[in-house]
Amino acid sequence: MAKITLQNIQHSYLSDPKTDFDFALKHIDVVFEDGGAYALLGPSGCGKTTLLGIVSGLISPTSGRVLFDEQNVTHVDTIHRHIAQVFQFPVIYDTMTVFDNLAFPLRNRKVPEPDIKTRVLEVARMLDLEEGIHQRAASLTVDGKQKISLGRGLVREDVNVMMFDEPLTVIDQNMKWELRSKLKELHQNVRTTMIYVTHDQTEALTFADKVFVMYEGKVVQFGTPVELFEKPGHTFVGYFIGSPGMNILPCQISEEKVEFSGLPVKCDNQTKNLLGIQDGVMTTEIGVRPEYIRFANQGIPVKIRRVDDLGRHQLVHTEHEQHDIKLICPEDTPIPDGSAHIEFDAEHTFLYVNQWLASEDNSI
Amino acid sequence: MSIELKNITKVVDGIIHIYPTNLHLRDKEFNVLLGATLSGKTTLLRLMAGLEKPSSGEVWFSGKNVTHVSVQHRNIAMVYQEFINYPNFSVFDNIASPLKVAGKTPDEIKQHVGEIAELLKLSKYLDRDVASLSGGQQQRIALARALVKQASLVLLDEPLANLDYKLREQLREELPRLFAESGSTVVYATSEPEEALMLSGHIATLYEGEIIQYGKTTDIYRRPANLASAKIFSHPPINITKVVKSKSRITLPGVADWPCPEVFQDHIDGEYILGIRPHHLSLKNLEQSEKHIRISGNVQLAEISGSASLIHLRINENDWISESGGIHPYSIGETINVYMNLDGCLYFDHDGKAIH
Amino acid sequence: MIIKTVKQTAWFFVVPVVLLVAFNALIPLMTVVNYAFQETFGDNVFFWEGLTWFEQVLNSDRFHDAFLRQIMFTSIILLIEVPLGIVIALSMPRKGPWVSVCLVLMALPLLIPWNVVGAMWNIFALPDIGLLGYTLNSIGIDYNFTQQPVSAWITTILMDVWHWTSLVVLLAYAGLSAIPEAYYQAAKIDGASRWAVFKWIQLPKMKRVLTIAILLRFMDSFMIYTELIVLTGGGPGNSTTLLSIDLVKLALGQFDLGPAAAMSLIYFFIVLLICWVFYTLMMKNEQQ
Repeated sequence: MAKITLQNIQHSYLSDPKTDFDFALKHIDVVFEDGGAYALLGPSGCGKTTLLGIVSGLISPTSGRVLFDEQNVTHVDTIHRHIAQVFQFPVIYDTMTVFDNLAFPLRNRKVPEPDIKTRVLEVARMLDLEEGIHQRAASLTVDGKQKISLGRGLVREDVNVMMFDEPLTVIDQNMKWELRSKLKELHQNVRTTMIYVTHDQTEALTFADKVFVMYEGKVVQFGTPVELFEKPGHTFVGYFIGSPGMNILPCQISEEKVEFSGLPVKCDNQTKNLLGIQDGVMTTEIGVRPEYIRFANQGIPVKIRRVDDLGRHQLVHTEHEQHDIKLICPEDTPIPDGSAHIEFDAEHTFLYVNQWLASEDNSI
Repeated sequence: MSIELKNITKVVDGIIHIYPTNLHLRDKEFNVLLGATLSGKTTLLRLMAGLEKPSSGEVWFSGKNVTHVSVQHRNIAMVYQEFINYPNFSVFDNIASPLKVAGKTPDEIKQHVGEIAELLKLSKYLDRDVASLSGGQQQRIALARALVKQASLVLLDEPLANLDYKLREQLREELPRLFAESGSTVVYATSEPEEALMLSGHIATLYEGEIIQYGKTTDIYRRPANLASAKIFSHPPINITKVVKSKSRITLPGVADWPCPEVFQDHIDGEYILGIRPHHLSLKNLEQSEKHIRISGNVQLAEISGSASLIHLRINENDWISESGGIHPYSIGETINVYMNLDGCLYFDHDGKAIH
Repeated sequence: MIIKTVKQTAWFFVVPVVLLVAFNALIPLMTVVNYAFQETFGDNVFFWEGLTWFEQVLNSDRFHDAFLRQIMFTSIILLIEVPLGIVIALSMPRKGPWVSVCLVLMALPLLIPWNVVGAMWNIFALPDIGLLGYTLNSIGIDYNFTQQPVSAWITTILMDVWHWTSLVVLLAYAGLSAIPEAYYQAAKIDGASRWAVFKWIQLPKMKRVLTIAILLRFMDSFMIYTELIVLTGGGPGNSTTLLSIDLVKLALGQFDLGPAAAMSLIYFFIVLLICWVFYTLMMKNEQQ
C-alpha cells in the first residue's frame, strides 16, 4: 500500500521532442491517495495508457518523478514496484489449472506452499472461482479468465497499486455489469489503491470515487462523478461526459455581462471578476447541459428542428441563429411546434474562457 | 424499393436459423432489426442481399420475385460492423469505386464523391491513405461508399458497434437524415435498444430466428405485443416480476398494491406478469402524485453513465434496476426509496401476451 | 432484372484438376500396386503372387536394417533440430532492423537446391581437400566419411541440421511473434523467471507451430534422398542406406520390381500411419 505521486511528468515517444505537439503527456501532476479508487478517463490517444505505463514502470518518463510514498521510484524496475495489472485481454497461463494460475505469483516469490493454498482459496472464493478451481484455466469463459488475471494480483499481499487497462473490452455485454460490481465490491473489501483506465464513461464513473479526465496529454479535470457532471472544469469534460454532452455556445462579454448572440445569459460563475477577460482575444463560451434547459414563455427564441423520442425522455434538437442547442424533456411533456423560447438554468450554466471554466482570478 | 419476405426460412445443417418469416418493408423507409446476438439479424440481411438463398419461401423487391437473382443484380449496398475498405486505395478512390464500376465519367465521379465527402465530413482526407485513418473515419468511408452508390436497398449490419460512443452518438443522429436524402430503403441491424429509438422509423424485434413484432418504433416501444418484445426493446433490462390481480387491485406480494387499470379490469383474477422499465422506477420524490408508489430497496450497485444513474436494487427477492437522470453515487448496502410510475407498468398473461 | 437459375457448369471447371491428379498420383500408384502383387518377366506377362513380395520384404534383414537406420536418423535429427531451432528463435531479435537480416540468413539454406546441398557438404567434408575434413584431420582427429560409418553418420546429420534447422527456427519464430506483449508484462509483474516465462508462456503458445514443424521434419527426413545420395551414396557399405536409398537400389539396381513395389507400399503406409497419428494427436490437443 502506498500513496503514489507523479511530479511534473512529461513523456514523448520521440527521441528528440521539440514542440508541445510531440509530447504524449504534458506536465502531469497527480496524486493517488492510498486506498482510493481512481479512474483515468479519456478518448483514445489522450495519454491515459502512457500514464498507466509510467506508474507501472513499463514506460520510463522523458522527465519528471514518480514517488511511491516518499520514495523516488522513477527508475525502479516494474517488479520492484510491487504492482498488479489487469490487461485489456485476459492474460492467463493456458496450460496451468485455475489454482496454479492464482498461485503462480506467490510461487515465484517463494511463499511456503501451505500459505499459498490458504491465500489462493480465499481469493478464489472472493471471485467465485472455487468451482472448477482444478480445471485447466484455458477452459474458462473470457470473463472467468479475466477474473483469473485479477486474482493473480489479489493473492499478493505486497501490492502497492492494482491497475486496470480497459479490462472489460472483450467481456460480453451482460457480463460486464457483473464484473463491474465485483470490482467495486472488491475495492470496498480489500482497500488497495486501484487505478482504472478506460474510454467508457459508465465504467469510469461507476468504478471510481475520483476520476481524472484526460485530453490531449493533459488532465483537464479531477473530481468526483457528480462534480464532472454538474460542473465540468473544461469544455471537453462537458462534451465527453453525458450523452448527449453539454451544449457549448460562443458568447460575448460586455460590461461584466455575458451575452449569447446579443441576449443576456446568467452564469453560475459570472459573479467572479469578468474584467480580466479580454473579449475577442480569448475564446469565451457558455456551457449548459441539455438536462438544464427548459421551454419558457420568454428567453432565447429557437426553431425546433427535430424531436427524438428516446422512451425515457425526449431529446429536442433546436436551433438559434445557426447554433444547435439540444435539450432533454421528460417523457410526456408536450413539445411546442415550430418555434419556441428556451431558458437556461443559471445554476448550471457556466462560462468558459479558452475552454477552461472561468475562475475567480482568471489566471488562465 | 419495397421488400417483401414471403414465408422464408433458413435451415443450415438441420439447425433452424430463421423460422417461417413474413415481412413487408415499404419503399424509402428506415427499418431497424433489433435483437440480441445470434437472433438472426445478420441472416435476414444476408437473405435480403442475396448472399444466402432461403431454404424455402421467396424474396420480392418492388413486386418482383428476386429469390434467385444474384447479389450483383440486386442493386444493394451493405455496410458491416468491421471497417471494410480497399486498403491500398485513397479515401477518394474508395468512395469512388461503386461509381467507377457503374461507368460514370470522371467529372461526375468527382462531383458525387465531393458531395458525399462533404456530408460525412471526409473532405479533408480525400487524398489520404485509408489505413492512416481512425476507426470512425474508416467507417464513415464505408458509409459514404454505400451512399454514393445510390442503391435502392442499403443494408447495415451493426455499423456503429466498433466505434467509440461519442462518434456513435453523432452518427446515430446523422444516419437517418443522410439516408432519407438518398431515397434508399434502409435496413439497419442493431442489438442496442437505445440505438433503435434514436434511429426511429420502423422496427422489427427478433428473438431466436423469429420476428416477434413489426411496426412504428415508438408504438412497439410503448406497447410491446408480448414479453419477449418488451425484453428485446429495453436497455437497461426491463424489470419483471409476478403480480396478483384480485378484483380491482393488483398486488406485488410483500411490496405494494395499487388499483387495477381499466383495460385490465375484465380479465380473470390470478397471477400475471408485471414488466416495468427502469426509468419508471425513479429516485425522484413523487410521493404527492397518486400515479406513483413508493418502494424501498437495498442498493447493490450504483452504475453511473454520463448523465444517468442505474441503481441495482434488491426489493423483496427481486433484483430490480432503477434509472434516474443525474449522478447518484449510492454505496453498496444502502437502503433507499424509489417511486414506481403506474403508467409505465406493462402487464402480461401467463403466455407472455401483453394486456393492452 | 434478370432471373437466373443455378447452373451446374461449375463442375466442368474441375475436370482438368481431376485429370491432373489422376495422371500424377492415381495412375503411377496403381502401377506400383500392380507390380506389388504380381511377378513379371517382361513382355507384359504377369503372374499373380498375392502377398509373397510383402512377406519377403517384411521378413528380410535388409529391410529391417534400413528401417532401423531410418528411425535412428529421424530421431537424431528431430532431437537436435527442434530444440536448436527453438533456442535460435528465442535469441533472435523481436523488433528492429536486424529482424529482416536474421530472417533472410535463416531462410538461405532452405533456398539451396537439395543436390547442391549434398555436393557442397561432400566437398566441404572431403578429408584431403575439404575445409571441414582437412581441418579435423590436421588437428589430429581421424575423420573420413567415405571410409568410416561413424564419420559418414556425423556428416549426414550435420548436413541435415544445417539444411533444415532454419525451418524449425522460422516456424518457432512465427509462433513467438504471435504472443502479445501483455503476456510478458504480466509475467514480469507476477515475478516470473526467464525459465518460467519460457515454460508457461512461450512453449505453450508455440505448441501448434512446433507440432507442424515436427510433422514436416519427420516426413521430410523419412523421405530424404537427394542430399544423401550425393553425399554418401548410402555408404560406406550400407551404413547410411536409409529406406529411400534402399528402395532405389532394390528397384533400379537389382531390378527386383515386385519386392521394390511391395516395399514402396509399405514405406508409403508407414509415413501415412505416422502422419495420421500426429494429426489425431494434434486435433485432440486443439479440442482441449
